[in-house]
Amino acid sequence: MNTHSISHPPAKGHGAKQQQALQDPNWVRWSLIAIALGFITLFICLPLGLVIYQALSKGIEAYWTALTQADTLAAIRLTLLVAIVTVPLNTLFGITAAWAITRFEFKGKSFLTTLIDLPFSVSPVISGFIFVLLFGAEGWFGKLLATYDIKIIFSAPGIILATLFVTFPFVARQLIPLMQEMGHQEEEAALSLGASGWKTFYSVTLPNIKWALLYGVLLCNARAMGEFGAVSVVSGHIRGLTNTLPLNVEVNYNDYDVVGAFASASILAGLAIVTLVLKTLLEWKQTSR
Amino acid sequence: MSHKSVMPGFRPTIGLTVLYLGLVVLIPLSTLVFESFKLSWDDYVHIITSKRVLSSFQVSFFAALIAAAVASVFGFITAWVLVRYSFFGKNIFHALIDLPFALPTAVAGIVLATIFQPSGFLGRLLNEFFGLQIAFKPIGIVIALIFISIPFVVRTVEPVLLEFESAMEEAGASLGATRLQVFTKIIFPNISPALLTGFALAFARGVGEYGSVIFIAGNIPYVSEIVPLLIVIKLEQYDIQGATAIALTMLVISFLLLLIINLLQFWVRKRSGQL
Repeated sequence: MNTHSISHPPAKGHGAKQQQALQDPNWVRWSLIAIALGFITLFICLPLGLVIYQALSKGIEAYWTALTQADTLAAIRLTLLVAIVTVPLNTLFGITAAWAITRFEFKGKSFLTTLIDLPFSVSPVISGFIFVLLFGAEGWFGKLLATYDIKIIFSAPGIILATLFVTFPFVARQLIPLMQEMGHQEEEAALSLGASGWKTFYSVTLPNIKWALLYGVLLCNARAMGEFGAVSVVSGHIRGLTNTLPLNVEVNYNDYDVVGAFASASILAGLAIVTLVLKTLLEWKQTSR
Repeated sequence: MSHKSVMPGFRPTIGLTVLYLGLVVLIPLSTLVFESFKLSWDDYVHIITSKRVLSSFQVSFFAALIAAAVASVFGFITAWVLVRYSFFGKNIFHALIDLPFALPTAVAGIVLATIFQPSGFLGRLLNEFFGLQIAFKPIGIVIALIFISIPFVVRTVEPVLLEFESAMEEAGASLGATRLQVFTKIIFPNISPALLTGFALAFARGVGEYGSVIFIAGNIPYVSEIVPLLIVIKLEQYDIQGATAIALTMLVISFLLLLIINLLQFWVRKRSGQL
């Protein structure tokens, strides 16, 4: 993306005046760049830098001690567990949903597509609350679960369910527009040459969608590891047991343990940076395709 | 059902999709609706019109509105700069726009609270020079929501600006328009549906936002208490009915906003000739 290119030079004579109407004057250009850079520096670069500064404010040793605390390690384990369960499930769902929606015509298709996006417009707190209504002590299945001594709310299964809900649309919404645009001639060709459905998917569809699929998985994973509101409602904040990393950040912060809070935050900020780098790389891959 | 396609796998994929959607999304969401049937209309009205609930709605809406407006102005400038100019470090700058999407909200929350608290880096400066306190006030909520709103505006405006036909600008220029006229009469009217969509997306997200807000807000009832926090508070007090009534109202508002956003996006596509 260079400066906006003009396809053909205007005719000579009134050229200069026309040129002026097509380009921003230099002072406008530089002030806009300054405003944009200032705004992004203030709202994005400064917060990012502060995470690292605060985490290391009492030295590397204090940072390391905070990171290797039993509670922090338990939070890391739980966060990984949640991601390992939810990301593959939602990836599988994303692929199936995209296949059904883009490869067939049926009634209610656009309605189904809207329903898939639904979790994005629900407040995170409500996303957790609905699972409390279902599985909490006073919830619909509360008594049933109590008789069999199964815990969902204030325990890992509840956290996994809430995360599943919140990250539900990510993969599907990356794949649907791409597969729609691709059309299905290539797949039909493979099928008519005698390839099986699975074979067609692996050798024809998958190579075409792999970057978009990875992109969706990446965003899904970032949200699964970083979700706060929904998880906070169902977790119960039990140290070392039901705290994910984002909840560990909150608990430490509220206890005035600044280094502890920012040590956990630094892992999540690192995850965000890795996500952004991979995302940029995948965008380049996709546009160069 | 008319699926005369040679494609295999309609039944298993649609079956799995509907089943999974039902189990993970629709059944859980419907509990909120069914739970609210336990409330009589009078109970519902009584809960929703209580002073604390009404103030929380006021706080959430005003904060989200102001934040979305501020983010729209600066987001538009940022998108403009990214699409039209080239400068050193543009690629990094471009990638950083999505940070609010990637950074967990709790992290954003404690970072913003630390920066703007009275002893914090910016909090101290603002206090000394302008006597302005941001953290633990409603304006703190606005700051957190601006952070969340940025990528919504930039990422909605950017593609439309990128695809904008320079021929239209050239036509205006050759008819003798000044740069300002080209911008106000040709470029801006064509970009404004996308800008409005970005604004609506940011607003919808802002109303429901929780993690990034609660640390900086101070959470004073009637002053800086947002709706999602009030739901959590009711839940912690085992006031399921209160939480249900507020949550249902929020949900209905979110769906109305979703409807408006879909209509806006339809309008954008129609204007840019994709339909």
